[in-house]
Amino acid sequence: MASPLKCDLCDNLATVHLTQIVNQKVHKVDLCETCAQAKGVTDPSGFSLSDLLLKASLNPEPSAASGLRCEQCGFEPEEFKKTGRFGCPACYEALTGMVDPMLENMHKGTAHVGKVPEHALERKELEDRLTALESNLKIAIDAERYEDAAKYRDEIVQVREEAGLAQIGSI
Amino acid sequence: MTRIRLARNLANHRFPGRADEDERSEILSLCRESLAETPGLKRSFSVTMEELDSQQRQLLVERHLVSRELIDAKLGAGAVINRDQSISVMINEEDHLRIQVLRTGFQLKKAWNTIDALDTALESSLNYAFSSQLGYLTACPTNLGTGMRASAMMHLPALVIVGHMEKVVRAVNQLGMVVRGLFGEGSDASGSIFQISNQTTLGEAEPVIVKRLQSVLKSIVEHELNARDRLLEKSPGKLPDKIGRAFGILKHGHLISSSEAMNLLSLVRLGVDLGYFPEEQRLAIDRLFIEAQPGHILHRSGKTELESEDRDCLRAEQLRSEFANFMSPNYDSFGNN
Repeated sequence: MASPLKCDLCDNLATVHLTQIVNQKVHKVDLCETCAQAKGVTDPSGFSLSDLLLKASLNPEPSAASGLRCEQCGFEPEEFKKTGRFGCPACYEALTGMVDPMLENMHKGTAHVGKVPEHALERKELEDRLTALESNLKIAIDAERYEDAAKYRDEIVQVREEAGLAQIGSI
Repeated sequence: MTRIRLARNLANHRFPGRADEDERSEILSLCRESLAETPGLKRSFSVTMEELDSQQRQLLVERHLVSRELIDAKLGAGAVINRDQSISVMINEEDHLRIQVLRTGFQLKKAWNTIDALDTALESSLNYAFSSQLGYLTACPTNLGTGMRASAMMHLPALVIVGHMEKVVRAVNQLGMVVRGLFGEGSDASGSIFQISNQTTLGEAEPVIVKRLQSVLKSIVEHELNARDRLLEKSPGKLPDKIGRAFGILKHGHLISSSEAMNLLSLVRLGVDLGYFPEEQRLAIDRLFIEAQPGHILHRSGKTELESEDRDCLRAEQLRSEFANFMSPNYDSFGNN
């Protein structure tokens, strides 16, 4: 026998079942009596099913989330289940496997097409160039290619200066 | 009233909910420093939540300048508000920065132009967390992409009276928009005031979202006006009766709770729309919607706390004195909507 449906918000037995089409996609929510009351399902004027749907879609698939961890801040998928929020901007890259399936139901698309912060992109490019130059410098020193090393060092100074003009302080 | 907010975060920092006290303080001072240099915010009011007592915090919430989440936030939460209170920036709420621009009436495009320029100026000194695939990175994935929530407050008394709000909410949801109460998520719809905003933030450019919201708002306005016409046609006495009674209670009541005040003011506002009261009285009503809130009543009393009945009494007293100056309704004038 199929197990009875559990409430999407807690583990109680679900007795209220809602189906709605949002953005041309069918969404289903199952709730227990208490959560349905708490979420105002009984009061249509103050109730937004899509708010609720979004929260429900925040529950990641356990298989997609297992074994993932953000190296930058130590965030684990289990914590997301509790708070619905990530730990730091780097989590999105570290936990891609968990993020991607979530976004499909949540938004109009899965790629950003809006405003782009020009300065942030410039800074990112400079940071990437700097990282590459620093690694080249290290390789050159290790290989005792001092002429190359001096060249890389000059370039690093130049990039840092450029970065300084872009008002980013130290990188 | 129109409002647009942008969620922004700094690269290489944990989100406020996960950052420790030191990191939050660092984020707070970084953001405050940049905000102080930003055109349009130079002579702003900049505070940390710790500097305010609970009454002052409540006032900011009731004026829609900060959220309830911010005033309950951990150490390191702050706000920067410009002089005419049309721009407010929350620091260390759910995201490092929540930039908000408020405008009266339906001025979404203007609000977007203002906030876009402000955001661009801020970005020259703050290193935003951004990914070319996911856009602006936010603590909650529901805000990814543009990080933008554009919304308008709508006064929809006739749709509530005829019981069509449920249908409207459903239709609006299908268009990717959300309907909430006056104070955002989880708040009730007293006073028949609703906040309509975009649900999704990723996959569409900001102007496209704004345009879609505008067309949704336009069609809701049409529905509301139709509902008013139908009401006046079907039972001509119903609206004048409700509005007249509301006016009577506001003018003569002695104990009025905040939700009753909202509902009564809402009806009198409808009376202004229908031409029963002069247009000049609309401003006073809109002001009273805010001043009838509990925090504002407490502040006006000069006390630090009030029993609920005392508050209802003071509220009624203020409403009586305001409505003493109001012209009595003139039901013969034609509705000018």
